Amino acid sequence: MDAGFWSMGGYARFVWPCVGLTLAVLAWNIWAARRLYAKARIRAERALAMAAMDRA
Amino acid sequence: MWTWFYKLASPPYVYRVAAAFAPWLLGLAAIAIGYGLIDGLVFAPPDYQQGDAFRIIYVHAPSAWMSLSAYTVMAVAGAIALIWRIKVGHAVAAASAPIGASFTLAALATGSLWGRPMWGTYWAWDPRLTSELILLFLYVGVMALRPAFEDAGRGDRAAALLAIVGLVNVPIVHYSVQWWNSLHQGATVAKFGRPEMDPSMLWPLLSMLLGFTMFYAGVLCIRLRGEILNRERSAAWVREAIAS
Repeated sequence: MDAGFWSMGGYARFVWPCVGLTLAVLAWNIWAARRLYAKARIRAERALAMAAMDRA
Repeated sequence: MWTWFYKLASPPYVYRVAAAFAPWLLGLAAIAIGYGLIDGLVFAPPDYQQGDAFRIIYVHAPSAWMSLSAYTVMAVAGAIALIWRIKVGHAVAAASAPIGASFTLAALATGSLWGRPMWGTYWAWDPRLTSELILLFLYVGVMALRPAFEDAGRGDRAAALLAIVGLVNVPIVHYSVQWWNSLHQGATVAKFGRPEMDPSMLWPLLSMLLGFTMFYAGVLCIRLRGEILNRERSAAWVREAIAS
């Protein structure tokens, strides 16, 4: 990539933060969704284990 | 058609379908967003008026599109849950809210950064900007209201009602540039009859819009599985689902 691409015609300080911020939002969405699912799964496993202990 | 609709009311069915769809949606989203970003940032020509600053459209417009779409999904899912008493609807609404809120924040921030070189200010109390900010407040309100009740069912119903009432803001955001004088430019992509963008600029934008939509659907599937597990963890089918 040449310097012209990175300077974005003088608008680099506006264009690149927008791209970076949006990519960060995409990454956060993946991370937060996976975390929500992992936590829910752990809670469900615990609930099932407790139910099994109660039955025993 | 109704059989399919009834199937969507079944938490185990939706849990399985979401697991099957999520990786495909996210994989296709990565391809579409990757192509759109490279074509938009590298190969599309600069705008004759805005220069290279116009390239912000490739992240701003898809974020704004998703902020409105995710809210509509949330309100419609809430309405379905209230009318037909379908619990999965509340799970869809709960899953959609944080995704939509994050895209609304991205749309506001990237719009603000685009506004500085074009309008000379980061923020103006313009109809489009103000209604988009209200949209963010609505998202925050819906997310805060759900856990504010001890009874989860009441929290779901209250959040669904607020989402439905707030739906009136979606057309206001969309048509604000036509209804009032606005700094914000009018629609470009919607005018397929006489597109205002050259195809070399339009195709990467359409690819980004498609990519963001698939990304939203993919993340919604992952979140939905978590929401369903949280709500159904004492159900018998969860044991088999977790074991598999």
